[in-house]
Amino acid sequence: MKREIPLFLTAVIGAIVLAGFFVPHQFISVPADYFQRCAVIVVAFGYALGGANLVRVNLEGIARRHPDWPYKVVLLVGMLVTLVFGLFVDRAKFQDPGTVSIWIYDNIYVPMNSTMFALLAFFIASAAFRAFRVRTAEAALLAVSALIVMIGRVPLGDAIMAGVFDHPGLPDWVRHLRLEPLQQWIMDWPQNAAKRAILIGAAMGVMATGLRVILGIERSYLGGSD
Amino acid sequence: MRFLELDRIDRRWIFLVVGLLVLIPLLWPIGLPIVPTTPVRQYHDAIAAIPDGSTVLMSCDYDPASTPELGPMAETSLRQLWDKRCKIVVTVLWNGGAAVVDQTIEHVADEYRARGVPLKDGVDYVNLGYKSGNEAVMVLMGQGIASAFPRDQHGRVTTQLPIMRNVTDYSSFPLLVNISAGYPGTKEWVQQVNSRFHLPMVSGTTAVSTPEFFPYLQSGQLRGLLGGMAGAAEYEVLRKERGAATSGMDAQSMAHLFIALCIVLGNVVHRTRRKEGASS
Repeated sequence: MKREIPLFLTAVIGAIVLAGFFVPHQFISVPADYFQRCAVIVVAFGYALGGANLVRVNLEGIARRHPDWPYKVVLLVGMLVTLVFGLFVDRAKFQDPGTVSIWIYDNIYVPMNSTMFALLAFFIASAAFRAFRVRTAEAALLAVSALIVMIGRVPLGDAIMAGVFDHPGLPDWVRHLRLEPLQQWIMDWPQNAAKRAILIGAAMGVMATGLRVILGIERSYLGGSD
Repeated sequence: MRFLELDRIDRRWIFLVVGLLVLIPLLWPIGLPIVPTTPVRQYHDAIAAIPDGSTVLMSCDYDPASTPELGPMAETSLRQLWDKRCKIVVTVLWNGGAAVVDQTIEHVADEYRARGVPLKDGVDYVNLGYKSGNEAVMVLMGQGIASAFPRDQHGRVTTQLPIMRNVTDYSSFPLLVNISAGYPGTKEWVQQVNSRFHLPMVSGTTAVSTPEFFPYLQSGQLRGLLGGMAGAAEYEVLRKERGAATSGMDAQSMAHLFIALCIVLGNVVHRTRRKEGASS
């Protein structure tokens, strides 16, 4: 029964929510809407579960003197301080200007979050120099396309090309060889075709997986190997 | 051969060059010409086409990490909508984003107030804040915006706000403006709301995710698309504004050019080394 009840619930709820997309009758739409409201509440519980798990994993790391244990202390202290101020000091107004929670958000969370993302530019430049090796014809095609899109999508690339291709002595068709129209062609046609294929393939996969879950064939979400 | 030693260059030199190439144009802008592309024109025209004074849904699904790229799009969109005297209902589906979106809204609203336009929070705009649940929230909003967001970002009861008097569900809006950094974002809004509730939408996305949305643009599911800082800068040019995106494009141009140079140089070094290895 430990497995049968969750399988039964999944099948019934999945089938009702799926039917809700196609059948507007209240016998289907009312329970479907109710289950979707429940989903929002279940997701919210995920945060509480995630928080509890975070505390457990990091406390274990600190107790075992894991090599990174000082960072775990910082994480837990940060979490605790933010929670305490949010729950007991700022309470319902924790998102209003002037509160400690907003001070923590503006002066700690925002700069750290932005810094992590900004570092990408440096790593991409370094990786581009070392890792973008053209070893095959396909890799060469990828590299050339990447270069055209990368330079063609910024004003500097277009400005450089304008100086070369906009010479009054050149015929009109030469203008089409500029990077901007070339990169637009790559984005509109080869890129779009590949992306469509991926999207359609992924959608078919999602449908198949959904049906397998509803029919009880796919059981990995219950834990265990089957 | 010293040229071949570039392969073993300390990566900190590359970091330094990138840093300088980004910093210098930000301090001393070059002012490169920016030409709006078709997807950006479509985005602008889709907003221009909605009736003046409409109530528009705007979902800002990003956090501080993407703010330099997406913040300017959100600001320019707010300006275009408020210039049309539209009322704006803002939602956030990213847990770290509600406060930064609130600051963006207030920043633009303050500009209008300084010019004598009395924009009021709760009357002309409202930030309903963050709600967890991703796609489930989008579907729930189809049953009723207020039932999905019973309170706004500042804890006020949503149904008591003047702006929400005429807002029931998606049918209350002529357009959805989505500013998206990833999941949940544009793809989910197209799948769950545009397709199911037939709400027309435009989207502004990070440059890295933009290619994913070109099929939706081509199919008409998206009425317009802003791609990354370049899209935001083109949008500013169309609106005859000179904002953060326009200033940032010089820096981004230099960084792109340097990364392209790195790819070319890295390959030249690699091939030369292979040739030398084969001949010796």
